[in-house]
Amino acid sequence: MLQLSILLPIVATAGIVAAGRMPNLRETVSIVTGLILFFFVTRLYQGLEQGQVITVQWWQIVPGLQLSFAIEPLGMLFALVASFLWIVTTVYAIGYMRGHDEQNQTRFYACFAIAIGSAMGIAFAANLFTLFIFYEVLTLSTYPLVTHAGTAEAKKGGRIYLGILLSTSIAFFLLAIISTWFVTGTLDFKPGGIFGSDVNRVVASAILVLFIFGIGKAAILPFHRWLPAAMVAPTPVSALLHAVAVVKAGVFSVMKVCVFVFGIDVLSILPSTQFLLYLAGASVLLASLVAMRKDNLKARLAYSTVSQLGYVTVGALLATSAGVIGGSMHIAMHAFGKITLFFCAGAILVAAHKSNISEMRGLGKKMPITMAAFFIASLGIIGVPPAGGTWSKWFLLMGTLEAEQWILMAALMISSLLNIAYLLPIPFHAFFSGDNTPYSRAGIKEAPTASLIAISITTVGCLVLFVYPQPLYELARAILGG
Amino acid sequence: MLTHLPALAVIIPLLSAPLCLFLRRPLLAWLFTVIASGLTMLVSITLLQQVMASGTIVYEMGGWRPPWGIEYRVDRLNAYLLLIVTSISTVVLLAANTSIEKEIPRHRLTLFYVLYLLSLAGLLGVVTTGDAFNVFVFLEISSLAAYSLIALGEDRRALWAAYQYLIMGTIGATFILIGIGLLYQMTGTLNMDDLSRRLPEVSQTRTVFAAFAFIIVGVCLKVALFPLHRWLPNAYAYAPSIVTAFLAATSTKVAVYLLIRFTFSIFGISFSFTTVPLQTIFVILGLTGIFAASTTAIFQKNVKHLFAYSSVAQIGYMIVGYSISTTMGLMATLLHLFNHALMKGALFLALGAVMYRIGSVRLEQFQGLGRQMPFTMAAIVAGGLSLIGVPLTVGFVSKWYLVLAALENGWWPVAVLILLGSLLAIVYVWRIVETAYFNEPPAGRESIEEAPLGFLVPVWMLVSANIYFGMDTRLSVQVAEAASQALFGVSP
Repeated sequence: MLQLSILLPIVATAGIVAAGRMPNLRETVSIVTGLILFFFVTRLYQGLEQGQVITVQWWQIVPGLQLSFAIEPLGMLFALVASFLWIVTTVYAIGYMRGHDEQNQTRFYACFAIAIGSAMGIAFAANLFTLFIFYEVLTLSTYPLVTHAGTAEAKKGGRIYLGILLSTSIAFFLLAIISTWFVTGTLDFKPGGIFGSDVNRVVASAILVLFIFGIGKAAILPFHRWLPAAMVAPTPVSALLHAVAVVKAGVFSVMKVCVFVFGIDVLSILPSTQFLLYLAGASVLLASLVAMRKDNLKARLAYSTVSQLGYVTVGALLATSAGVIGGSMHIAMHAFGKITLFFCAGAILVAAHKSNISEMRGLGKKMPITMAAFFIASLGIIGVPPAGGTWSKWFLLMGTLEAEQWILMAALMISSLLNIAYLLPIPFHAFFSGDNTPYSRAGIKEAPTASLIAISITTVGCLVLFVYPQPLYELARAILGG
Repeated sequence: MLTHLPALAVIIPLLSAPLCLFLRRPLLAWLFTVIASGLTMLVSITLLQQVMASGTIVYEMGGWRPPWGIEYRVDRLNAYLLLIVTSISTVVLLAANTSIEKEIPRHRLTLFYVLYLLSLAGLLGVVTTGDAFNVFVFLEISSLAAYSLIALGEDRRALWAAYQYLIMGTIGATFILIGIGLLYQMTGTLNMDDLSRRLPEVSQTRTVFAAFAFIIVGVCLKVALFPLHRWLPNAYAYAPSIVTAFLAATSTKVAVYLLIRFTFSIFGISFSFTTVPLQTIFVILGLTGIFAASTTAIFQKNVKHLFAYSSVAQIGYMIVGYSISTTMGLMATLLHLFNHALMKGALFLALGAVMYRIGSVRLEQFQGLGRQMPFTMAAIVAGGLSLIGVPLTVGFVSKWYLVLAALENGWWPVAVLILLGSLLAIVYVWRIVETAYFNEPPAGRESIEEAPLGFLVPVWMLVSANIYFGMDTRLSVQVAEAASQALFGVSP
């Protein structure tokens, strides 16, 4: 079943390409695959709850380096989120892509399926090597999605996207992996880490820095530029990949490295952890500040993502149990919140052809559902009730307390205030400000039905996660074997 | 029959060459050449199996005992090289019939196959022989054939390129000959095995040093090691596409083999790396080569030039691995020999397909090809990714071992530089990708079709090999490891 969940999307790619001439069939294939995949993942989840240990080994690439998969709580969490949101995004994409008359839709759905397959591969990877392979496949399969429009702007965005992600992964991530292999002789993920406590601290510190910089998908400053650049992609891509699959693959890898390669005990004694924590903290704050100044909605959301990814990295690097729990819960919470925001941005683009925030005044009267969803999702990102983000931010703050990192605690709180400042005015003005733009508002309707369904599902998801975060919390707690 | 295999590997192509001359019809000549090359491939496969199972095979030419007679000696390293050369040659040849009909005048077609077979015979001879003078003879056979093959190119600059290569290649060959002469003078033998036994006694003489210097410089000219690489880009760019694919994948590889053979087997590791500071020189030249050639590749307008410079850079990687001079480092070099042959074979053959359809491989002509020739372009992208070293391709396997070898030796900066070098590969590969996929075809060229199957099949055979050996490395890694251990005298 584990293998199937990785292979299924890839097999589906063939189906999607084969059905390319018949859009209805093609999209049915996409959705059905999504449903089956989610079914598989939930079954695996039940298995995990009952304490089944599932590992799969494929073949050895070179002696000692094996493609192998295993299920553990953190990967489960990521897989659940990604596979569930894939279904929702596909529903949304059907409305969006048709409403927008996009070209090359077959290529779009095919690459999407490969991307999800590799996200599953990352989630279930049992060693760094397997993770790295799927990490690269994910980068390459999303490149055609980012440059979907084929314009000069898309080309430029794609160049930055690929340039940063591929360079960091080859120059730093690969080097870190090879060094790890060289120092420890293994690449397996083990609870408690594979670096013993007697490891040379200077070497381990250097490797940690390489890892954090090398996992460019986690968008830590100064390697965050690809994320805003990737916003040239169609909105469903930005929604699923740049709020869920790709960026979450990044922070997920960071989390994996911190917990299962270094182990939080080793992590807390390394000198470079402190430096990286401050860097991640700076990433959180600075990206929030930049987000405030962006008028383009997608750009603002992108910088907001950079900032929120910083939270997860901080959580991982804090090396306390609350930090890890908060960080991993934030992977899910932020996914639901941010995907909703992107869906809304796309809906506004399709229905009203607006992409700048300053033009969205008064839009709430025309698109009430979209704007209401935007409001709720914003609450989720900020981290106030009644949205799920509350819990993850709570645990993250607990984590900073536990580790006595007062500066970081302040940084996280200030950033949350900044979130309020750059997110809430948008729905506020949409509902309560008069229409001050010279454009005619006639003819603007709500978004396509398919898109509205998707938006509603993820919004409800945000709320449900507040009332019922128990399963998520259990998973997050199980990461450290608690 | 089986005992004669080492000789057969050379004799089949060598005898086929004159026979081929009698076949006036190009199709027949092509079939004949494919069969000859295919047979040598079978011979190589059998040889490799034998060597891996039961150790070095010694064959006395004509039954004359060495050192009087010429000895052929096939150990793991030779068998591995034989496999690379013959298999690439065979796959490349599959596309030859389609490719050269447009690039070479009809009355020269038979001649082309004759030269091709001669060149192949020469390369195989260099690899199998256990006699230093014989190396020179075969080297000249293959080089002379190669010069003429390059000169067959339809572009008039091909003549100039062939001439450049002729001058440089001859200087190299002469240097090698001088070196071998000096060795003969000091030891009185030309047999490699004897040489390696007698050299230590006289190794501290100036003559041996001079011989060493001549041989190394001569071989490095053939390897196209930076800064002795100037002949290579033009030769590759203006030769007929098939010739480029064949030479790029094999001839520099054989030269690297010679370098390894001379330094490790004949002069010995302690002489080459301890007495002479070869390590420092080569690691610096290798790294400079990687960066200088990759950077030059970025600015090329002709895609064949681009990949030719990339070849020079890849040779840099091999030399770096070689200069680490540990089992792991040498193994990385040997792996990269194999892997790079696959990559460049696929890439240059795909370029041949572009040449066939469009008649030019200038970068601006690639506009819109992503749509017009999807399979060919996909092959170029796959080959490019392999060149960058993306996982699941052979390029990744080479990089992995190379970096590991550098780390093992404590050469952190070298490991970092190797990886930084592959970033440059991203840049030059992506220039092609962007041109091909983000532009409309130029005016007047709307009706280009996908390349014929005669191209697509061999191209995709090589591309699949790139991916297959990137996922299942048992063959390449095992043999490379065994060969490398044997050279270091470690019994496997």
